[in-house]
Amino acid sequence: MKVLKRKPELCIACHACESACSNTWFKEDNADKSCIKIKEEANKNVILSCTQCGECISICQVEAISRDKNGIVRINKNACVGCFMCVGFCPELAMFMHDEYIEPFKCVACGQCAKQCPTNAIYIEQE
Amino acid sequence: MNIEKLKSAHKLLCEYKYELGKIEKGYTNRTLYINVGDNTISEKPVTQLMKDKFIGGKGFGLYYLWHAVTPKTKWNDPENEIVIGSGPIGGITQYPGAGKSLVCSISPLTGMPIDSNVGGYFGPLLKFSGFDALELQGKADKDVIIFIDGNKGTITIEEAPEEAIDSHVLGEQLTEMYAENEEDKRNISVVSAGSAANHAYMGLLNFTFYDVRRKQIRLKQAGRGGIGTVFRDKHIKALVIRFAGVKGNLNNADDQGKINRTGIKLHKEIHDFDAQQCRMRQVGTANIIEVMDQYDLLPTHNYKFGAHPDTHKISSKVFTGMITQNTPDGCWYGCSLSCAKAVDHFELRTGPYKGQKVIVDGPEYENAAGLGSNCGIFDPHDVLELNFYCDTYAIDTISYGTMTAFVMECYENGIINKEITGGLELNFGNADASLEMLHQMARGEGFGKLAGLGVRNLKRIFAEQYGGDPVFLNDIGMEQKGLEFSEYMPKESLAQQGGYGLTNKGPQHDEAWLIFMDMVNNQIPTFEDKAEALHYFPMFRTWFGLNGLCKLPWNDIIPASNKHSNEPAKIPEHVQNYVDIFNGVTGKNIDKEQLIVQSERVYNFQRIFNIRMGYGKRIHDAIPYRAMGPVTVEEYLSRADRYDGQLKELVGFNPEGKTTEEKMAALRSYREDQYQKLTDAVYKRRGWTMDGVPTIEHLQAIGMDLPEVIEVVKNHL
Repeated sequence: MKVLKRKPELCIACHACESACSNTWFKEDNADKSCIKIKEEANKNVILSCTQCGECISICQVEAISRDKNGIVRINKNACVGCFMCVGFCPELAMFMHDEYIEPFKCVACGQCAKQCPTNAIYIEQE
Repeated sequence: MNIEKLKSAHKLLCEYKYELGKIEKGYTNRTLYINVGDNTISEKPVTQLMKDKFIGGKGFGLYYLWHAVTPKTKWNDPENEIVIGSGPIGGITQYPGAGKSLVCSISPLTGMPIDSNVGGYFGPLLKFSGFDALELQGKADKDVIIFIDGNKGTITIEEAPEEAIDSHVLGEQLTEMYAENEEDKRNISVVSAGSAANHAYMGLLNFTFYDVRRKQIRLKQAGRGGIGTVFRDKHIKALVIRFAGVKGNLNNADDQGKINRTGIKLHKEIHDFDAQQCRMRQVGTANIIEVMDQYDLLPTHNYKFGAHPDTHKISSKVFTGMITQNTPDGCWYGCSLSCAKAVDHFELRTGPYKGQKVIVDGPEYENAAGLGSNCGIFDPHDVLELNFYCDTYAIDTISYGTMTAFVMECYENGIINKEITGGLELNFGNADASLEMLHQMARGEGFGKLAGLGVRNLKRIFAEQYGGDPVFLNDIGMEQKGLEFSEYMPKESLAQQGGYGLTNKGPQHDEAWLIFMDMVNNQIPTFEDKAEALHYFPMFRTWFGLNGLCKLPWNDIIPASNKHSNEPAKIPEHVQNYVDIFNGVTGKNIDKEQLIVQSERVYNFQRIFNIRMGYGKRIHDAIPYRAMGPVTVEEYLSRADRYDGQLKELVGFNPEGKTTEEKMAALRSYREDQYQKLTDAVYKRRGWTMDGVPTIEHLQAIGMDLPEVIEVVKNHL
């Protein structure tokens, strides 16, 4: 399956990935609506993104999260009741909430961000 | 299960159509009234006064109940109501524990208002169907089912002769009957009682939710005070609600983002800390069984002792191995604390369902302590079997456990014997006898039927009919105001004696649980400190019931900030969370002090409601001596070093050379006096007279000086 991989030591915090993601999925340039987030800490940059580990699948009380045939963990927005438990329980802190939406959102390894990354700090890999 | 056959036997008595509502900032601004006596259904507007003074949930329940009954109303009069409602926050899916229903009625056990807080989906679905609360009044001739379809806007009252009475069967039947397909089952919630509620005064109501992973219904209990008995007396077999389309924003909150962020913060805490703290996700409230034993707080043998060598046999570790995990067991969407545990495929060894494999909702701590240790029963299978039958027969496990422990002590003391019990050998530890008594209760037969009347009635009957010593019976009968004590040993914590005794509905720890603060951590040493705690915590905890919330996510998960807090027992960060979600839903701008005043209004209203019904005074706040100290020589000797030490250090009484009886009398005199002094301090802090009556000045100060309230109070000042 495809997974977005990270090499945070290469990240220069240009935030191009966040723009690419939010433009792809929400049609606006808004880092708060990105499924990948770059956190600039004192001596390093941290890349938050989904590893498709699937922990959230068993967390979801209404079975709104499942793995598709390609192994990608996806949210069924129709079934989701907007509890955001998956956001609080994500071990990668890679499930997100935005005030304008009542469902969470996450990376589905589409690769649009990786295409914009100037340092190859993120890239799509087939596992 | 032939659903079509069951359904074809229904006879439509009444159909009502209504406009689907709109929820604004947590309120539908409308309630539903159903009278099963004359089959009338109507809608009532929620007034601004109701929202300002009573908030919702239990507040609305008590308000409607007050106006439905008179001071003469008995629990089985047709005008008695069962009022069910959630509250303005109820139904949000982001903050754990936000799907509670509050149920109010005049109790068969206490003769005054009772309130019970229950999970399951009914309350939120009622709100999404268009109503902030439901009043049930009247008495039907034959068994009826009330069905609310919150998507179609229809309500029907249907005569329903053939369905089961017991909840684990009836819940499945009605979920199947009223769901349009398998996928729709999650949109159904059933409220029902059970066959023992036909006979016993301690009948409860089960509220279902459909567990999509197990593909079975689950039962949550409005346990306390016999509301299921009222329900069956009205010949209501079940309430069924259907609402498809639950989303996280149906409350139409003022600031959804604020609620989401507050909820996610708590989800994260639970994710990070629960496994090291209370293990609620792993084993639920049963996590404390061995902890209570360790601190001498686990009631054993009718509260004689607080620990037992066999407790390890029913410890949380044992139950962890029996409950089936890997599923998030929240009783409403979004509860990441997920305490609602279940044992799957449990094979019953007794009763009408013997040999069947069933799902047991539990065990909760109270069940293990009440059905188990308090009755000297230490086999986990017996605890689960009793738990299952109590639930499906609709019997409150707390009242049942405490009543059975009392009956067992009476049996061992010869106050009752085999002749009176019809052959039941009710010694401590006899699980078979306890189970048979429960089955008799469900059949309305024999000693079980008598036992179902509860400890208050049994004390009287044992004295009047069987020659029991009324003083001894009053000392050991662990009830107050007619309600059986819940399952904590309060002997060594004066504050907890107040936490049980100085309550509105009776000795239930949902108002205050101060044992660790008082006894273990010594944080409230003076009467004034204890009185402050017995003001703050009952008021704070009352607030959950006004809003459709559960207490557990407040202090069964502790945030990292707490160790640096000035008042760690209050969990200040979580108090602020509640302020935030209340303001986020309603658009109001309360602070933590105003939160307490909201509760104070309803709390004092309930106190005055008790007074109006002939109770609610100082005399009714007295507690049995078993709750305060050793009634028997056996108890004294079992903790002789402790008691001798206290006589020397606290009482100024030299125990040397004294008989045990003399020492017991000195200790009793001291402890009873302490309770009276505590009562004085608490009444003063709460703004009440020394007879326990709220003063008019206090009612004016908190804004609960409604004319009908003042009218009652002024006759008692």
